[in-house]
Amino acid sequence: MEPQPQFRRGIGRYLGLLRLQAKVSLLSAAQYRWDFLGQGVMQILWTVMSAVPLLVAYGARAKAQGAAITETELGGWGLYPAGMVFGFFCLLKAILEGGINPSLTAVVEHIRKGTLDFVLLKPADAQFLVSTAKLEPFHLIDGLFAVAILVVTVKRHAMATGTLTVAHLLPWGAAALLLLVCALLILYSIWLLVACAAFYVVRIDNLSFLLTALFDFGRWPRTVWKGAFRIAFTFVLPLVVMTSFPVDAILGQLRWRDALWAVACPLVLLVLSRKAWKRALAGYTSASS
Amino acid sequence: MGRDPNPSTLVMSLRAFPAMWRIGVAKAFAYRAEFLVWMLSTTMPLVSMALWASASENMRLGPEQLGRADFVAYFLLTLLVRMVTSSWVLWAITEDIRTGALGQYLLKPVNPLIRYLADQLAETPLRASLALPLGLVVLMLSSRQSLSGEARMWGLFFVALPGAWAVHFLSMALIGVLAFYLESALGLFYIWMGMYMLLSGYLMPLSLLPHWFQQVASVLPFRYILEVPVKIALGWPIAGGARDSAEGFAQAVRSVAVEYAYIAILITLISLVWRRGLRRYAAFGG
Repeated sequence: MEPQPQFRRGIGRYLGLLRLQAKVSLLSAAQYRWDFLGQGVMQILWTVMSAVPLLVAYGARAKAQGAAITETELGGWGLYPAGMVFGFFCLLKAILEGGINPSLTAVVEHIRKGTLDFVLLKPADAQFLVSTAKLEPFHLIDGLFAVAILVVTVKRHAMATGTLTVAHLLPWGAAALLLLVCALLILYSIWLLVACAAFYVVRIDNLSFLLTALFDFGRWPRTVWKGAFRIAFTFVLPLVVMTSFPVDAILGQLRWRDALWAVACPLVLLVLSRKAWKRALAGYTSASS
Repeated sequence: MGRDPNPSTLVMSLRAFPAMWRIGVAKAFAYRAEFLVWMLSTTMPLVSMALWASASENMRLGPEQLGRADFVAYFLLTLLVRMVTSSWVLWAITEDIRTGALGQYLLKPVNPLIRYLADQLAETPLRASLALPLGLVVLMLSSRQSLSGEARMWGLFFVALPGAWAVHFLSMALIGVLAFYLESALGLFYIWMGMYMLLSGYLMPLSLLPHWFQQVASVLPFRYILEVPVKIALGWPIAGGARDSAEGFAQAVRSVAVEYAYIAILITLISLVWRRGLRRYAAFGG
């Protein structure tokens, strides 16, 4: 008799599934090695190009003021802090386009083709399976590039302000990391909400396209936005929370109420999106029955 | 005698043009929701506007002395011009090659390129209906000093705008037609798009970039798709900060002339590639 397979329970099972899914995605990416490299390099070039306006803007303002570029401020933010915001933006974008977007667009396909039934039959939580279904590993390359941008800008800023010590960087770096995780959860929840809309309105690829375009507004430091825009980007579409608050943490200038919102927002959105997912599934009449 | 019983393809294409155009307008209207979403997703000019408005706070930047109001006007106009001059002919051609619909079009007596032209031109009513309110917003939000005050400049603007549309359409059609030779036109499109972003003034006014860069940009066609119409509407700022000057008008006229020269060059290139590419396409049983 063959021994029965042991099914792990709880979080161990889900971690195992995650590892498996990542392995499958990486293997299929490794098959098309040149595609992987080529697309990765293209993403880096795209990132470099989108950094050009930032550098030219600071350069032009520095020239008009007759000051050095590293001493110029745009809305009170210097070159290196603005570079950090840009780095966080690129990192989040890489994770969004590599991990979140592909999976959730796959959900829409499943619903359209009726293959969501197969996912629902599996003995694991449907939301988890659907969220990790598809990864695009070439975004690892520009994700690493974004991390490089962050390391360079943080180091330069710390050297310029004389705060390159463990006592300074450790607590603020830890806070920034926590806020980064919060930012990812916010992003994931918003995309999950959009995917839930696919249960009711099947043609939502336009909507995810629109959201990706709106995400672009998180590129610059929060002081670039004034008045109603700043409120909108902090509370309605929390882009400022995602890209500027982590930098505020690193610079040691994060206000308590901002920190509170930065942690509360993802929790609220996670609960909301989970509820929406459950409700959408409950109302889902499968393709075959 | 009646009509020539064997009219050339060009004559037949031109006779069929009004009908194709009308069908195109109906098609464009059917996809108005998608078009609206695409329009709302064109956020790049607004993102750039936020950065540059902040950068020019209480200051005038660059050799043309552009102030905050100028940057706001520049990027609103960029949004307007982009919406009006875009066309998706590349996707139409590559899709038709992929599905084999192009083969069917080739069997008909109408030149497929004229068909694509009719399809894309048919979007103009829809684009105009959305561009008009946007144009009014631009006029309201821009200060008087930022926009041109001369009638001749605005006359030149309405010459440059259709020219920009034509240069964009022909460039995209050329890339699409090159798909006869290349496996996929997608790679070429991404390269084109990357160059377009930097060299057309989409990300920022070209005057803020190094001189050698501006000279390269003047030789390539990208600038004539976007920056030339926008600068004309702004009164063609020249070094030193003057607007609506005689020197500026002369430069503007020269740029529009280059724009139309590019149209002629692109038409020639397309017809060359088209004929050769067709032979290749037919040889592979397309």
